[in-house]
Amino acid sequence: MRRFFRDFDWILLGMVLMLSVISVLEIYSATLHTKFVGFHKSQMVYLSIGLVLMFAMSKVSYQWLLEFAYWAYGVSIAALLAVLLVGTKVLGARRWIKLPGGIHFQPSEWVKLVLILTVARYFWSLASRKLTYKDILKAFALVGIPMLMVLKQPDLGTALTYGPILVCGLLLGGLRWKQALVLGIVFGTLFSALWFSGKLLKPYQKQRLTSFMSPDNDPRGSGYQIRQSLIAVGSGGLWGKGATKGTQTQGDFLPIPYTDFIFAAFCEEHGFVGAAFVLGLYFLILMRLIQNAQTAADLPGSFIVMGVASVMLFQIAVNVGMVIGMMPVTGIPLPLMSYGGSSVLYTFLALGMVMNVRMRRFVN
Amino acid sequence: METDALSGRNEKLPTGRLHAAQYILALVLTILLVGLWRLQVLNTDSFRVLAEANRIRKVPVLAPRGKIFDREGRLIVDNYPSVSCFLLREQNMQNVDADLPMIANGLHIPLDQLQATVKRYQHAPKYEPIPVKEDITPDEQAFIEAHRNELPELETLDEQRRLYPPGGFAAHLIGYVGEVSEEMLNDPEYAEYEPGDVVGRSGIEKTYDSILRGRNGSRDVVVDSHGREIGHLGETPAEPGHDLRLTIDLDLQKVAEQALQGHNGAIVAMDPHTGEILAMVSRPTFDPNAFSVRIKRDEWQQILDDPNHPLLNKAIQAQLAPGSTFKIIMSAAGLQENVAQGMHVFCNGGGTFYGHYFKCDARHGMVDIDHAIPWSCDTYFYTLAQRLGIETIAKYAGEFGIGEKTGIDLPEEATGTMPSEEWKLRNYHEKWYAGETISVGIGQGAIAVTPIQLARALSGIASGGVMRRPHLVFPDEIPDDQKDEYEQMFPGSGDKTVPLDPANWETITDGMAAATLPGGTASASHLEGIDFAGKTGTAQTISHDEATKLGLHGSQTNAWFVGMTPRRNPDIVVVALWEGGTWGADSAHLVAAVVNAYVTKQRRLAGNLVAETPKPAAAPAASDAKPVVPQGVAKPQTGPQGTAKLQGTAQNTAGTL
Repeated sequence: MRRFFRDFDWILLGMVLMLSVISVLEIYSATLHTKFVGFHKSQMVYLSIGLVLMFAMSKVSYQWLLEFAYWAYGVSIAALLAVLLVGTKVLGARRWIKLPGGIHFQPSEWVKLVLILTVARYFWSLASRKLTYKDILKAFALVGIPMLMVLKQPDLGTALTYGPILVCGLLLGGLRWKQALVLGIVFGTLFSALWFSGKLLKPYQKQRLTSFMSPDNDPRGSGYQIRQSLIAVGSGGLWGKGATKGTQTQGDFLPIPYTDFIFAAFCEEHGFVGAAFVLGLYFLILMRLIQNAQTAADLPGSFIVMGVASVMLFQIAVNVGMVIGMMPVTGIPLPLMSYGGSSVLYTFLALGMVMNVRMRRFVN
Repeated sequence: METDALSGRNEKLPTGRLHAAQYILALVLTILLVGLWRLQVLNTDSFRVLAEANRIRKVPVLAPRGKIFDREGRLIVDNYPSVSCFLLREQNMQNVDADLPMIANGLHIPLDQLQATVKRYQHAPKYEPIPVKEDITPDEQAFIEAHRNELPELETLDEQRRLYPPGGFAAHLIGYVGEVSEEMLNDPEYAEYEPGDVVGRSGIEKTYDSILRGRNGSRDVVVDSHGREIGHLGETPAEPGHDLRLTIDLDLQKVAEQALQGHNGAIVAMDPHTGEILAMVSRPTFDPNAFSVRIKRDEWQQILDDPNHPLLNKAIQAQLAPGSTFKIIMSAAGLQENVAQGMHVFCNGGGTFYGHYFKCDARHGMVDIDHAIPWSCDTYFYTLAQRLGIETIAKYAGEFGIGEKTGIDLPEEATGTMPSEEWKLRNYHEKWYAGETISVGIGQGAIAVTPIQLARALSGIASGGVMRRPHLVFPDEIPDDQKDEYEQMFPGSGDKTVPLDPANWETITDGMAAATLPGGTASASHLEGIDFAGKTGTAQTISHDEATKLGLHGSQTNAWFVGMTPRRNPDIVVVALWEGGTWGADSAHLVAAVVNAYVTKQRRLAGNLVAETPKPAAAPAASDAKPVVPQGVAKPQTGPQGTAKLQGTAQNTAGTL
């Protein structure tokens, strides 16, 4: 137990908890005048469960987890298949499985964890030699299959978060520049072909992806959301309008200000100073993760930590980018800030794995 | 097994790639930070403006319109609070159609009618509210309040609406209000108006709109994205419109309204000393209350299609031949030119002029000017016209304002026509025929006057040539800085003096007084104890032969009477036009009723009410007047000329609605 206290990453936890507190306060503010008032309490419950799960996860050896990675991967594919076949349809998307006891289970978030482990294990197994195109193709299949299944639900946001796991694995797994170039060209062509064929994305997804470039073309749809978000962020100014004082947030102009657009609400009420502080915290957290990847005892440990870090960076970039009009509206929540059980639990489990790796850095 | 194999490899990640990861991280977050800086620091001002525009709505606080009173301060036009209901399609974009049955039920509107209304707005911009119902009841208002969440698209608006006297009482002079139209908003004259503003569309309401309307205030309301009010910041109070006191005397107006009940035509009563209009009636009338609420399309069409033109204010817009009333102007011309003084004409029922035979109504025998007026001898005035010639007649008529607007403070006054050689050449490119002069001598032919012109001209002659601009609002009711503007708004003959020789003045006024005495043309309207002077006029609108050709029966004449009391420097002059009336004497009854009411009232006010003098022969319509909704008497076509003029003016009026 003493060793646990010594090796646990308290600094990382401290920063994570600081963001969590900011999150709870902003959820409180953003839902104050809506029918979602009280969501900050639910968020606190999720955070508590998340913390417990994080500690639990840090106790189970990741090497042991890696052994079951492929098995877990198989189960994940089966679960995603089950969602597509018997899942509950909510708002036109089939993302949930109803379990006995009234629990709704959304497998796509957990698949992310499994994918991080699977990719770590896969590239670890290749570590002794140079990557061949066959290896690369296998890696693509490994991530691509669940990705397409989630896309089919349809859940573009979650599907996209699988991407960085693969990219991170490839880059750290020894992808060479020439191979990267070839992959870029192949996927560039493939993507444009699919985009214009309309097979891959539904029209509304396409519209969402492009409207950020010209919000005025779609002033009532996602263009409206971006416009209101920009107004919220911009009008926040240097110091912000103060907690619970954001007119865009409180007047219900900002769409879903407690989940996807929570950063816009925060920027409005706490200004550039507040936003820079939060981005600074993210920077420190991610630097800390990279440091943990460096000090990991073995290669798969590093892969796991970097997988978690890459997903988090991707989410931050896409979510904050969306809020400030640089990225399309994809429905990706901001880790550690957005309201939502699945998102919170995933993040804390992922951080639990990071702790896990860190605590075993002196082993062997 | 596996574990051993795995733990056998202990490679670490290449440090270079981890460094690269750190750089990528720093780069990504820097880009985001720069993006935030751009929005929150560099462009914050413009976004702040947008945020304010988002949440603050300027809600107008409607200014109550000024009330309208009569000269004694009695209320004529009032306001009443009213609530209207609108449908905002922006609030509930998909489900409006689905909500219609519920709305129809709650607001007591037939569903198909509501659906038709919504359909009409199908292609209108979405932000344009659809008026659903006006003047909703408290019950219906409660329904809207109770269903705010289910029916967020319903919105109510509190207004003050105009309450006009019932039955079209004084409708033409007061006019009515309506919502400012698209064309008006494009007109620089209406620059101050905003869409949805209520504006006077005719009558006093239009002329004095700037005084009556006041200035709307506004309230800065904080709203959420659904437009729901969540607070308010400040308020600019509305400036209520100013009340307006008219020169109208309600007592006289009532008598005049009753007198004309059931007939088509007009009555104007004026104080010749000042030009103040004491009463003004036009028939048929309309109910302006129907216009203050949005009028239904078919009702509006019905009014426009009515051959009797109920919207036309005949007191200032009917342009008709004055008939024998014109003989007063002829007399003034003849006497001032020293032609009539010694002129004796033998009337044998007519006379031949320029090879044509012109009829008189009777064989008057030897006639001089003293008898020509009360007897209204056509032969005398044919002869006088021949002696004077059209140019002299036109000169005097023009001096007295015939063929020119009077400048009364009402919109769309008609000018009438005074023919002359030059006029005919200009309009018809034809030479003047001497025979036409003979017709003009008795107020027939191309000459056309409005009742208000006649009132101004004849009362001017009775006042020794001093004419006043007729007006409905006391000058001191108009703010000083607007007086000039109002003056220029109504150009016309206005205030003017045409000096009359006192002897001539006496001759004419005595002649008019004799008209109501036994032997005069209006002897049936004699008012005992009242110095009642006047002149009848019976104007043919179509010749007898033409009427027969067209298969028309009955009267094709308009009956005129201009009456006043006392005969010299009268206190009141009343003009009555009875379209389709057979004789000027018929109109004399209408005038007599008004004059009698006036004198009776003045005597009562003076406290020396004489014991009920023998009841004057009141106008037939007045005696059996019932308080019924006025309805125009179905009247055969007026002459082609009269009809054309009426329609022309009617269309002008309609155009400004």
